[in-house]
Amino acid sequence: MREIRYREALREAMLEEMERDGNVFLMGEEVGHYQGAYKVSEGLLEQFGERRVIDTPIAEAGFAGVGIGAAMAGLRPIIEFMTWNFSFVAFDQIISNAAKVHAMSAGAIRVPIVFRGPNGAAKQVAAQHSHSCAPFYTNIPGLFVIQPSTPRDAKGLLKSAIRSNNPVVFLEGETLYGVKGEVPDEGVDELVPIGESRLARSGSDCTIVSWGRPYYTVLAAAEKLAEDGIECEVIDPRTLRPLDTSLMVESVKKTNRCVVVHEHWPYGGPGAEIVDRLQREAFDYLDAPLERVAGLDVPMPYALNLEDSVLPTEERVIDAVKRVSYAK
Amino acid sequence: MAKIIGLPKLSPTMEEGTLVSWDKKEGDEVEVDDLLAEVETDKATMEFRSFDRGVLLKILVPEGETLEPDVPVAIIGKAGEDITDLLAELASASASEPASAPESASAPESAPESASESASAPESAPESAPASGRVLSSPLVRRLARERSIDLRDVEGSGPQGRIVKRDIESHPSPSVRAVSAPGERLPPRIVRASSMRRTIARRLTESKQSVPHYYLTIDVDIAPLSDARRAMNAVLEAEGEKLSLNDLIIKAAAATLRRVPEVNASWMDKEIHYHQVVDISVAVAIDDGLMTPVIRDADRKGVAQIAREVRELAARAREKKLQPEQMTNGTFSISNLGMFGIEEFSAVINPPEGAILAVGTIRNEPVVAGDAIVPGRRMRFTMSCDHRVIDGATGAKFMAALKKALEEPAMMLL
Repeated sequence: MREIRYREALREAMLEEMERDGNVFLMGEEVGHYQGAYKVSEGLLEQFGERRVIDTPIAEAGFAGVGIGAAMAGLRPIIEFMTWNFSFVAFDQIISNAAKVHAMSAGAIRVPIVFRGPNGAAKQVAAQHSHSCAPFYTNIPGLFVIQPSTPRDAKGLLKSAIRSNNPVVFLEGETLYGVKGEVPDEGVDELVPIGESRLARSGSDCTIVSWGRPYYTVLAAAEKLAEDGIECEVIDPRTLRPLDTSLMVESVKKTNRCVVVHEHWPYGGPGAEIVDRLQREAFDYLDAPLERVAGLDVPMPYALNLEDSVLPTEERVIDAVKRVSYAK
Repeated sequence: MAKIIGLPKLSPTMEEGTLVSWDKKEGDEVEVDDLLAEVETDKATMEFRSFDRGVLLKILVPEGETLEPDVPVAIIGKAGEDITDLLAELASASASEPASAPESASAPESAPESASESASAPESAPESAPASGRVLSSPLVRRLARERSIDLRDVEGSGPQGRIVKRDIESHPSPSVRAVSAPGERLPPRIVRASSMRRTIARRLTESKQSVPHYYLTIDVDIAPLSDARRAMNAVLEAEGEKLSLNDLIIKAAAATLRRVPEVNASWMDKEIHYHQVVDISVAVAIDDGLMTPVIRDADRKGVAQIAREVRELAARAREKKLQPEQMTNGTFSISNLGMFGIEEFSAVINPPEGAILAVGTIRNEPVVAGDAIVPGRRMRFTMSCDHRVIDGATGAKFMAALKKALEEPAMMLL
């Protein structure tokens, strides 16, 4: 299998789906002539023209709302936020309209729309531009929330998201765009199902659940822990809502312990949701309290050294795994 | 004024005590230094004597309960004194402190319980260590301890605050595992804390043997007809995947006989005799570290195939310790069978308040005198232990004769 970058995987997903279905179109700031703020939409304007790759003014509430209207009318828009931090001005559109119309119309009106863009901290973009948005959107019934960690999942899940008849919040990562990984050859129509977690690493001693940027921190920590004789099993939920805990429960029944590692703040959110479900679904198999390693509960500092210590670090992951393993 | 009496510390090292028996009843006059109760501590059974004078107004803790010092066990005051406030205080104290002696205030009236009823709670043993000595352990460890009948009070915890974690219990031998001594080495006794089921068995059977006047009737039965009938029935049932044991047929025969001699289906209840109008047979089932007595309800009205199915199912549940209390309480007559071990005959201990228990031996192939000839015979001995308070010798003997007839002429069961 060839290796491509996460950003290219996303681009291929959009390109293939736009080729397959004439109702799919891309709209957002700088997606066309500038080829995307992070070059995810490179070449799409050239291939599909201005009717299907639409540059918008800096007006998220406006183009999110236009997209939702288009979806209600039968098109399949992909709305790119330059970053998810800017979705806050479109929050009402996403929550009050995209997430609600299907239920409030008694199923008569579907909203097949994908909102996508980079999520979470990048590098020194400070408090207002480093939000990890999963907790906000996973709280809303009516939305699907997907946060792929690898290029292969990014491509397969974006294709599934575009084909889904539900509004999907698709959380990417500025630091993930450059990550390389194996992806099936161009033109291979691989769909990764929404709502299915993935076993990323096998191990018998401790389960770690992680996704997004810290997923790579966890894989590195797992290698170091293996040197100390602790073999971690790593599970990537991939979709945060609807959440699939079956693999996690199965794994915890084997390892008897679990650490959940996520970038978002510790108060609530998918990290807390996973811990809540595991303590109920695997209670009699737990040998230690479930632990979480989260982004620290502060607005993101600008200083690089502080930013590094706010995000989950290898050291914190290793400490947590050792704590639940009662290892020194 | 009425006061709450707590469990005294009866030895310097006492961390908990089991209230073995009350020597006073509610309403009894109590003098200073009167014996109130006997308490089993880590050292011995100690006398718990009163420091107060008055009337024992309320017993808060049933016999057999294990408690830590100072847990309220009784209220002493003046005769007729209103103690509702004190009881409310106790109830709220126990509500706000769920960790300390959870059962002390909740069940002051100890309902008459049968051995099997309390034996139904062996699972609570590992978790019942009270507040100060509360055993910290992970949920996984609790489950494993239940499954392996390990008393967590015997396990050293290596986690934070001494929490018992998986690795501690994995290195702990199951009660059935015996230390092997090297040749010539003399090991001290292996000391295992008695499980709550064992303690219940000990207490209930001691009580039975001490308070119930047992006597025993043994009869020898020609089991060939029943044995042949069983073979014939199994030949038919085989096609349906069913199989009867001899014991299933004996349960049926005993149940039918209890209908013919109903005086044996009775219980001594202090000032009354209860003649049962249902025939519910308790069947003794050996399990790891104890025994349970699941009950076959209305055994007289059920076909043998149905009895066989129920016995099989209940015995399996008993071995998994999954019997519900209602599946092993309120039998009216017991049957215990040790024939599979080659035991020829034995005398069983009555399971109060039942009035009798039938002990079944093995099949003996032996010469039998038939008329003037000696012929090969298949014989089985049945011994019934009777509570003489409800069943006199002649009544018991009448039952045994009728049972013999039922067993030797299986067609009688059709009546």
